[in-house]
Order: sequence, then C-alpha cells, then structure tokens
Amino acid sequence: MRLASGGRIDRAKKLSFTWNGTALTGFTGDTIASALLANGVKIVARSFKYHRPRGVFAAWVDEPNAVVDVRYGDQHDPNARATLVSLRDGMVVAGVNGYPSVAHDAAGALDLLHRFLPAGFYYKTFMTPSWQSYEPQIRAMAGLGQVGDAIETRAFETRTARCDVLVIGAGPAGLAAARAAQAAGASVIVADDRPEPGGSLLWDTATIDGAPALDWVGATTAGMRVLSRSTVFGAYDHGSFAVLEDRAAAPAGWAGPRLWVIRAAQVVFATGAIERPLVFPDNDRPGIMSANAVLAYLRQHAVLPGRRVIVATNNDSAYATAIALRDAGAAVEIADARAEAPNIEGIRVRPASVPLGTGGRGGLAWVDLGPCDGSRRERVPADLLAVSGGWSPAVHLFSQAGGALRWDEALAAFVPVAAGQHVAGSVTGAWDLATCLAQGHRAGLDAAGRASDLAAPHAPASALARPILPLWGLDLPGTRQWVDYQNDVTAKDVRLAASEGYRSVEHLKRYTTLGMATDQGKTSNVNGLAILADATGQAIQDVGTTKFRPPFTPVPLAAIAGLRAGALFAPLRHLPVHDDHVALGAEMRDYGGWARPACYRGIGETTAAAVKREATNARFRVGLFDGSSLGKIEVQGPDAAAFLNLMYYNEVANLRPGRLRYCLLLRETGVVYDDGVVARLAPDHYLLSPSSSHTAGVLAMLELWHQTEYPTMQVSFHDVTAAWATFAVSGPKSREIVMALGGGADLSEQALPHMAMTKTMLGAVPCRIARVSFTGERSYEVSVPSGYAHSLWRRLLDLGEKAGIMPYGIESLSVLRAEKGYILIGTDTDGMTLPVDLGLEGPLRAKKIDFVGKRSLLTPDATRPDRRQLVGLLPADPAVVPVPGTHAVLRDGGGQRSLGWITTACRSPVLQRSVALGMIESGRARMGETIDLFHLGQFSRATIVATCFYDPAGEKLHG
Amino acid sequence: MLALPCPHCGTRDEAEFQFGGEPAIRPPSAVTDTVWAEYVYMRSNEKGPHRELWCHAGGCGQWFVLTRNTATHAVLP
Amino acid sequence: MSRTPFRTRYSAASLLRQGLAGQTGWGEAWRAPAPRPRYDFVIIGGGGHGLATAYYLAKLHGANRVAVLEKGWIGGGNTGGNTTIVRSNYFFPESAALYDHALRLYEGLSQELNYNIMLSQRGVVTIAHSHHDMELMARSVNAMLINGIDVELLDAEGVHREIKIANRDPHARFPIHGGFVQRRGGIARHDAVAWGYARAADAMGVDIIQNCEVTGFRFDGARVVGVETSRGPIAAGRVGMAVSGHSGVLAAKAGFKLPIQSYALQAMVTEPVKPVLDTVILSGSTGIYCSQSDKGEMVFGAGLDLYPSYAQRGNLPVGQTIIAALLDMFPRFRTLKLLRQWAGIVDVCWDYSPLIGPSPVEGLYLNCGWGTGGFKAIPAGGWLLAHILATGQHHPISAPFDLNRFTTGRLIDEAAGAGIAH
Repeated sequence: MRLASGGRIDRAKKLSFTWNGTALTGFTGDTIASALLANGVKIVARSFKYHRPRGVFAAWVDEPNAVVDVRYGDQHDPNARATLVSLRDGMVVAGVNGYPSVAHDAAGALDLLHRFLPAGFYYKTFMTPSWQSYEPQIRAMAGLGQVGDAIETRAFETRTARCDVLVIGAGPAGLAAARAAQAAGASVIVADDRPEPGGSLLWDTATIDGAPALDWVGATTAGMRVLSRSTVFGAYDHGSFAVLEDRAAAPAGWAGPRLWVIRAAQVVFATGAIERPLVFPDNDRPGIMSANAVLAYLRQHAVLPGRRVIVATNNDSAYATAIALRDAGAAVEIADARAEAPNIEGIRVRPASVPLGTGGRGGLAWVDLGPCDGSRRERVPADLLAVSGGWSPAVHLFSQAGGALRWDEALAAFVPVAAGQHVAGSVTGAWDLATCLAQGHRAGLDAAGRASDLAAPHAPASALARPILPLWGLDLPGTRQWVDYQNDVTAKDVRLAASEGYRSVEHLKRYTTLGMATDQGKTSNVNGLAILADATGQAIQDVGTTKFRPPFTPVPLAAIAGLRAGALFAPLRHLPVHDDHVALGAEMRDYGGWARPACYRGIGETTAAAVKREATNARFRVGLFDGSSLGKIEVQGPDAAAFLNLMYYNEVANLRPGRLRYCLLLRETGVVYDDGVVARLAPDHYLLSPSSSHTAGVLAMLELWHQTEYPTMQVSFHDVTAAWATFAVSGPKSREIVMALGGGADLSEQALPHMAMTKTMLGAVPCRIARVSFTGERSYEVSVPSGYAHSLWRRLLDLGEKAGIMPYGIESLSVLRAEKGYILIGTDTDGMTLPVDLGLEGPLRAKKIDFVGKRSLLTPDATRPDRRQLVGLLPADPAVVPVPGTHAVLRDGGGQRSLGWITTACRSPVLQRSVALGMIESGRARMGETIDLFHLGQFSRATIVATCFYDPAGEKLHG
Repeated sequence: MLALPCPHCGTRDEAEFQFGGEPAIRPPSAVTDTVWAEYVYMRSNEKGPHRELWCHAGGCGQWFVLTRNTATHAVLP
Repeated sequence: MSRTPFRTRYSAASLLRQGLAGQTGWGEAWRAPAPRPRYDFVIIGGGGHGLATAYYLAKLHGANRVAVLEKGWIGGGNTGGNTTIVRSNYFFPESAALYDHALRLYEGLSQELNYNIMLSQRGVVTIAHSHHDMELMARSVNAMLINGIDVELLDAEGVHREIKIANRDPHARFPIHGGFVQRRGGIARHDAVAWGYARAADAMGVDIIQNCEVTGFRFDGARVVGVETSRGPIAAGRVGMAVSGHSGVLAAKAGFKLPIQSYALQAMVTEPVKPVLDTVILSGSTGIYCSQSDKGEMVFGAGLDLYPSYAQRGNLPVGQTIIAALLDMFPRFRTLKLLRQWAGIVDVCWDYSPLIGPSPVEGLYLNCGWGTGGFKAIPAGGWLLAHILATGQHHPISAPFDLNRFTTGRLIDEAAGAGIAH
C-alpha cells in the first residue's frame, strides 16, 4: 500500500498503466515494481524451471524474480526487470512465462514432480528414442518473454569520453571520491545507474557534515559531471569502460539508450554491495523480500509492502528497515539469528531465531520462527518477511577489470584485493557511512595522484555494528531451500551436484544453472558457493567465484550496436558519379565494398537482356564503364623500379615509361593475392591498379615490406584512388570519342598503342589516358580528378551519342571479360591459386631475384603436375549456361570425385552460346577432352578448351 | 579496447591500428622446404610478452614493433 | 562393443527410483584419483578432445592405464565456452571425412555414453547475401554432395521457410539472397559432451586428474617419456596433447613451434525468450552464427578478435560489430538484451584445418589447431588421436592433417575452399 506522504515520488503526476490487462495507477518516480507493490500485486512472475509463483524481492539491479513484458508506445521490452523500469503513463505491463497468467499458471503443476526433476535431471533421461523427440515441448516450456513483431526504430547513439578519474557509483563513497579527485584538479566523470545520485543515501536518514545527507549530495554534485541512469556494464582493456545511459526519462518519450565508451586514466570502484537472501525452507514465497529493498520502497516510493512484518536477519543492517517499518505504522518483529538481541523500542527482537518455514496461498500468511536446528518453532502470522543474509560487495566490475578477490571470514564476503586499484565504500566490505566517506575521500585523492586541502566529509558512526553470523542454509532434511530464485536452484541441488562430482564452482554453475539466470546470480552466487564449500569440505576462499563477465546488467543489443545499423553497418563506398548511375536506372550492387552498377536496365527490361544489350554494344559499337573504384596507388622514388620488382611476380623494372603491364601480386605463400595493371609513368614513378577491394590491402603490403624488409630503399606510396575518377571507353568506336574530348594528345596506334599511357590537359583539367582493355576491344581509360567526374561522364555520353555509346555495368563487363578468358580475382582464383595454375609460368623461370612468394612456388605441392589449372569449357549443350560452382567430376561406379569447378560462366552474345572458365585438375593436359559436370545431382558434359573464346589473336585490341 | 603507443604520434585507440603478426627474418629462396615453411607458417605464439608488428594505419602509416603481454594485453616498455 | 560398466546407469527409471529415495544414491559421475607415477598413455587437456581420446583408448583399444591431466576443471576450456554447433558441411573431401566422422559419432553418443548430450539436429542454414555468394555456395554445395554430405541449396524463399524471423528487407545491408542447409547439423549441450565422456572413461578406469597442470616434459634423449606437473612427475608410454588455446605454450615447452596463432573468439548470449529460431544460422559475409538454446537464449558469435590473445575476454569494438551483424539479419532482436559476453582462446592453424598426428618430438602426439571449429569435431578428434596413440600410425582420415603438410605445401585451406581469397 501507498503511504499518505513521503517518498521521492511526485504525487501531482499520477500515471496510469495496466498489469495483465487490469488498469492500475502509480506516480512519477515509481518503478514498475514499486507501483505493483503499491497496488498490492503479489505474484509478478513464475520461476524458470518449476513455474513457482514469484513476487518482487529486490528494489534494483539484483532483482531475481520480477521479469515482465513492457510495451510503451511502439517500444517493447520482452524481458524488462520491473525494479529498473521507470513507470510511464500508458505503459502496458504483463507477466511472462505463465499461462494463462502468472497468477494462475497451468505449468505450476510441474512443481509437484520436483523430486523427480533435480538439478541436471535432463542429462540422465530423454535419450530414448532421441533428445529431439522431447525437445520441442521442453523448448516451449522454457524461455521468458516473447520477441515482439515490431522492429525497434529508436535512434541509438554512441558517445566517447576521456577523463583522469572515472568514479563508478554515486553513493556516499563514490561522491566523496569524485569530490576529492576534482578538488585535486583531476577531470572526473561519475557514472551511476540510479535516476539520481546518492546511492544508499536515497533511503538513509543520516547526516553528513551536519546536514541531511541528500543536501550534501546536492552540494557535492553541483559542478560535477555525473551521468545518472548510466550503468557501467563492462570493463575492457586499458582503462576503457562501456556505459549504458538509459534515457527513459528523456522528455520525448523512450529515447533509445545511449552507449558511452569512457577511457579513464584511473578508476574508482565505488560500486556498493548487494544484500543476500537468507536460505531457509520455502524462502521463495511471494511476500518475502530483501530487507534493504523494503526500506528503499518505503523511503523512495512511500510504499509499505506489508503491515504485519517479520524482519529476519543475521546482521545489523536490517534493523534500519525494521525501525522504518515501525515508524510507518507496521507491526514489526525481528528474528535475529545471533544469540544476543538489542532492545529496540516498539519492536520485539527474538534472539537466536531464524525462519524455519513459511506458508500462505498466493502470498505470505505465516512464518515459523525458531532456532537454526529447528528444535522449536513458533508460527507467527505475517504478510511480509524482510530478510537479510548479509551483504555481497558488488565486485563485478572490479573483477572484470582484472582485480583479485579475497574471502573475508569476519565480513562473510568476497572483498577486492586492491593492488594499485582504487576501491571505496561498501564494495570493500565497509558497511558504516563514516568509513565509506573516509575511504572515498582517500581513493579520490589517490586516483587523482595529487593532494588537496579539502577536508574529508564526516558522518556520525553507526549505533549498531555487531559482527554478522554467516548462515548458509539450514540443516533441515526434506525441506526445499532456494538459492537461485529465478532458475529454481535449491540448497539440495547444490549438495547433489557436489555429491556427483561437480565440485568446481564452474561445474556447479553449469550443472545446476545456479547464477545463470537473467540476474546472473547477483543474489544467489555467494550463498551457492558457500553451500558448495560446506558440502565439499573446502574453504570458501578455495571454492572461489565463477568468472565475472560483461555485462553487469543485461543491455539491449541495439544499444551496443549503436549506429552500426542499416546502411551505416559496414557502409558501402560510393563512386564519384553514383547519382548519375542511379539516374540512368543502374541497378547498384555491393561489389567488394563499393556500390557499383550491375547493369542499366531499361523499363521492362530483364537483367539478362540488359547485359546482352550492353555487352553487344561495347563489342560492336562503344560502351562506357565507370572504373573509378579500381585502385590507384602511386609509387615514387629512385628505387621504385627495384622495389616493385621484388613485390610483383612479373618483371616490372624493364617496363618503359609510358607503358603498362598486367601483373600478379603474390602472398609469401605463393598464392595469387591480386592482379592489375602496372603503369610506368616515369623512370621513378609507377601507378598501380589493384582490384577495387584490395587497394587498402596492397598498400599495407607495400608499406610493410618497405618498412620492415627493405627500409633503405628510397620509395614512397600514395593511395590516390579517391582523387581520380576513371571511365573506360571501350569498343571499335572508342578512339573517335576520346579524340573528341580534345586535349590534343596523339591517340594514334603508333603514339598510344595497347598497354600505353599518356597525359594531357582537358582545358585546365589534368587527364590521363591509358590504352588498357578488360573487354578485348580497343579501350581508353580516361582519368580526371574526381571533382570533374560528373562533367567527364556527361561529356563522354554526349560525345558518344551519335556513335551509340551506352554505359555498361559489372555484369556486362563480366561477360565481355569471360569471352576473352580474362580472370577476375576472387572469382576465378581463391586462396589456393598459384600463378602456374593460371598458366603464367614465365616469370618464375625468368626472374632471378627473390620476389614475394617465389620460394613457395617451389614446394612439392606447388610443382605437382595434377594441380587444378584454369581452362576454358564449352558446354555440350550450347544453350545451357552452367551455374558457376558446378563441379567437374570423374565418375566411377556409384560415386564421383571432383576434378575442380566452374568459376565463371555466361551466355556469350558474340558467340551465341554458353562458355565457361574453370579450375580443373591437370586441366591443360586434358585440352580437347570432354568431361562430366555435376550440379545438385544433375550431370552434363563440357569440352575443355583454351581460355580465350573470342579473338584469340587479340586483333581487336590493336589498330 | 587497446590504447597503443605509436612511436610517432603517441597513444591512440586500437581502431587506428592494424595488427601485422610476428616479425620474422626472411631466408633466401635457396633454403630447404622445411626452413622456408618455418619462416612462412610457424609462429612462436607466446603467452606473455610477445613481439609483434603494428601499423598506425589510421594515422602516420608507420609500422613498428611492440611488445605486448598476450595474457594481459599490457603494453610493455 | 562392450557395455561401459557404469556405477549407476542413467534412465527415466533410475531417475524415478532416485526421486523416491531423495536423489541420494547417484554416486560420483567420475572419481577424483591421485595421479599414479606411470601411465601407458597420458592425455594433456581435459576438454572434450582429451576426454574423448581417453574414452576411445579405453573403449576401442583396450588401454587400461590412461590418465587425463587437466590444469583446471574438465570441460573448462573451449568445450565449455563455445556456441555448441555441430555440422560437417566442409569443402574438401579430407575435411568432410573428418567432420562427418565426428557427426556420425555424435549421432549415437547419448546412448553410447549413457549421458544425454542433447544433440539437436535442427539443421544448419548458411546464408548467401549476394549473387557472388550464391555462386561460391553452389561450388561448396556441389563439393559437399560429391563428398556425400546431406546438404540442399536454398533460394531466398527457401531460407525464409527455414528461418521465419530473418530479415526480408531486400535493402538490408546484407540481404538474404539464398543459402544452403545441412539438416543433420545442429547443436549439442557442450558441457554434457565433456561430462559424458568423462563419466564413461572413468567407468573404464581412466584417471581424470583435475587441477593438475603440465609444466614441462620429461625426455629420454629426444623422446618424450613423461610430463612434469603441478602434482609431480608422471611417466608415460605415449603422450597426447589436446590443449586448445594453449597448444603454442606446450609446444614451446617441448621445444617446437606450430603454424598456429592464438586469438580470442567471442561468444554471447541474450536473455531467454520463447522459441523463435528453430535452426542454426551462419553467414559467410558477416561471419555471424546464431542458434537459440533449449533454455531460449540466443547464442551467437562471429569473427575472431583482431590480434593474438590469451586473455579470455572479448574486445568491445569486435563485439559491437558482431551484434550489428546479428541485428542486420534479425532486426526483431534489437530489443533483446545481452546477458553475457565472453571469449575463448582458439588456436588458429594457418589453413584453418587442425593438426592431428605425431609432433616433431618422438613420443608426443598432437590434436590441436581446430580454430573456431573444435567442438563439432570432438568425437573424431578423440577417436583419431586414440587410434594414433594406440597404434603409432595415422588413420586414413587423420593422415592429411599431419603437420608435414606445411612443408610439402599441401594445405587443406577451408577458408579458401569457402571462396575466401587470402
């Protein structure tokens, strides 16, 4: 129920929401959990395995139970944690994993079979006839929420930040640290997951420096960079931290969460502590809550979750809850496991008393109290049982960052072993406000690495500070004592695992699923491993913890991906005249990371028809191709020739200035990495043309070899790909069009033969013209600075209009080059192809120097006669184009053996038949043979021929 | 997310760098297949301090040798 | 094949009996023996491969003095940290023979080990995102069909029939163009594979010794005759090593190098949701792979981190790219939340194929270099290493995977086979 006053809620702002279809209300400042509690909702979820009813247990990130489905506007969170989501007007909240509802779940009957379904039972059965005969039903039972149909469309952004000191946690210790570090001159960022800074001070009545604690928080955070609602969820290398800023409170509604990546020179871990449940019989009933959570709901949300309350504890922290409940008008008793009981006005404190059992339908009605051994018990009516089993420091991020942990017997907690790291507050096991503030102040100064005159903040010492009595379950046979609420792991399951040999803490986790639920064991892990230690006779220190991994709390995938979505995920590069292509109707596709025209389809035209039209036009009239994505690397220096000769498979040092040569570039393994035309512009100046997708790789390779192997050579490299646009004018009528461009260069066959290059000026625009062809027709590659690309593209189309110029795309080019037997790297070659496989053996014999990859061409496998070799293939049925990827096979009896495969195939417009290229075992020795082809179980035949199908003498290239 | 010290530009985020493998001394092609295979394929692959090539590709473009502890990712002097 | 002498056989009936008896009579799944001074066979590494090796040594080769030495807890390396995919859809005949041998053994493993490894042959769908991808896929599918592997080429609609929630937007950055499916592929429960082999090996007398780190080798001349461990020296007739993620470290202790570099491979799971993904998906272009566990979590991963590492944690930028790739294929997963991100260390061999066979040092035998694909090969890796240890000879399936292929140049480059030029 909601108290009439108090809390950090805005009673003027009433919010409506629905819970499983029932209209309820809450206030601004509520979480879904606090609003449900205020409305008296007991059962909010079902456990994963036995479908037991579950109520809200905690008040923040440690909540193990209250996973709900939340819809708000067009947003949907299928597995929201009710304790973390701020209530919004119009929210639609529903239970998950319960049918027809979490309050009345048919699968709850499973619980009756629990004795036959212990930890790991599924490893021992469901084998006959096969696991798959059971799996569909088991899958249907599992899972929590349901993936929605709608696609999340919020904008998710990522921000980066640097600072001297990152303080994680804006509780008293964190703020004291930030205050001190800032006073010492450090740049500070405080990241805290709550809606406002203060941490435990948000429900504490303490004073700091004589003022109410929250006044101190306000004064301290003024002028401080505090990221609220910002969960540091991952510690990564070299001081980098990932932070999720939940912008749910942003005025525009649910703005997408924002990912921060913060790089900090120093970090202060002031991450607080998490209260542990007590392990006792039937401790999972709705109405049993963390004592600290009860206090938080009371003070933050003015919610009183029960009127007849038992506070069961083994430490002093829960006394504050009991007192606050008393003050709020509840009837309170304390069951303290320890032998001595202090006098608290208005509260009966039972010493040496623990809960021995609970009961009630749909909630809590009574608690049995008595000594740990169960020798006596008294049934006490109660509608709320607030429990505290002690505190576990939130060492998750400290441990992720590489910090070591130590079990502290006195504190009954794993605490950080701070070796060079800065930790402060309850994460160190300090439960007292005064100590936390002092630690924070010290850690802040240490992290800043400088002194400051600022005095440490002061708070009075706690009145109650007696040692904890560790309690790791009760030795009461035949009872069910929950350790992991969400995954239904009981103390008995832990002991069963230990008895079966699953004694490593990681085996325990995996065998029982302890700590593997969506809360990742925040409340359950320490209880579980303490029980394991007891069962195996080990010290808790030796049992250790499971490995802490990111994220600290679950993080929406979209927030982590950030802007890497849609077109911004691995973005495609655009050509300088991208828009011209699109305007011409080009079908733009991804080729090696560039958006390039596949072909330019006319209205109603098929791709195949367009390809045939474009290819034919380039063969017999003239075509225009955008080759701007082709790499351009300038290589200059007195040693350019000698260096490139060491890099390339082919001889390039004897190339005359103004001439071009087709060359291969190998890896040191001998495998063909790239091919392209190498142009010599001047004795000390080359221009390389790597494949579009290999330009960066080729440049990196040249730099690596130069800098590491040949550092004394005087040569430098410059990638100018983006600086120049290149258009190929190809076909019998190409010369007249390029001549018409002007510029005065002599384009005659004598002055500019095939594989030659010249420079000219088109007005004031520098221009390079190269005679190089990938179509087999006479071709001119005209290059101008990219800024003039559009003008040149338009001008070439205009000048060629009468001659019938048509642009052609990659698919058309692919047909033209296939007819000529020109290879395409990555299509006709792969990571196994050696130059000899392509029939290019000359340089290996002729070049005496140790060029890259040479030695690998001399191994037994490289010189094997039966390697796969590039050949041409004429399908027996000229009307059928074999699918690239079709294999050539040797058939013997029922089976077949692959001889290789077709790499390229098309219908040749000029030959009016299908042609193909392939890599075939001993292919060159099989010239003229007819072989069997295999594709998806179907056979056909083809004859092995030379790779060039059209104009083998190359007459079209010249003249 | 490493922060790597480029000897020319200072410490930068790993996004600016490209890893280049272990530095190796290239034998002449007259060596045996075994020696050549050792150079091309075999790796020391140390756990602990590991000498490795990095290129500040998104910066000065220079390759440099860095010793990094592969077990902790700490950059060593 | 003889029946393995378990202390308690697992079955629905025994579960019922134990239920009535309070689940107190199961006994240990495996013992915790102290190491003996000498074994005929010492297997270094208590992951799936090491445990399977010991099991098959005992089961098929009658070896009765076998020890598995594990530096931590069994199944704690990549066996316990992988994304549990099993498949045999490989390009080269040598690979197909190897991985299909593993898959066939997996198919009978629950019964053989009397331990439910939850093999779910729900199909593995590999996605093509472009025309070029489809051509490469045809090449792969034909190779697999010739190799006798059960695969089917799918068009885009075929993929959408298998994966109802995949992105149908043709303007996705990596649109679905088609794909192929291996229906015998799927997932298995990774821990159960290790535990099942361990329990069955233990029942036949194999000593499984946890928290026993091998710190060096004992030599007689040039021959390995035992190991030094954190629990004292242990003599051995033959030593097998199956230490994924640490092969280079142990090789250095034995005095040789391997064509292996170790990298962190990230894996992630989301919070569990009700079933929406009924097959395993893989994408060659983005490298993403994803399946939904029986608990309901999306289990996914993609490429390696970008530099060598023995630190078992993932790097954030690579993690972001992996998630972006997953969301490009499954936009409806944008609201799902990441529950856990981790990384295993994988030993990546130069040609992406494993090393099985004798090491350069006599008496020491290798099973390593599985890269990202070790889990699916566990039964075959163990079966073959057991064969080699017991007989001193290669099996025809393992012979092509000998270390000597790096000298002859006869690599089995599965990345190249998948059409990757490198």
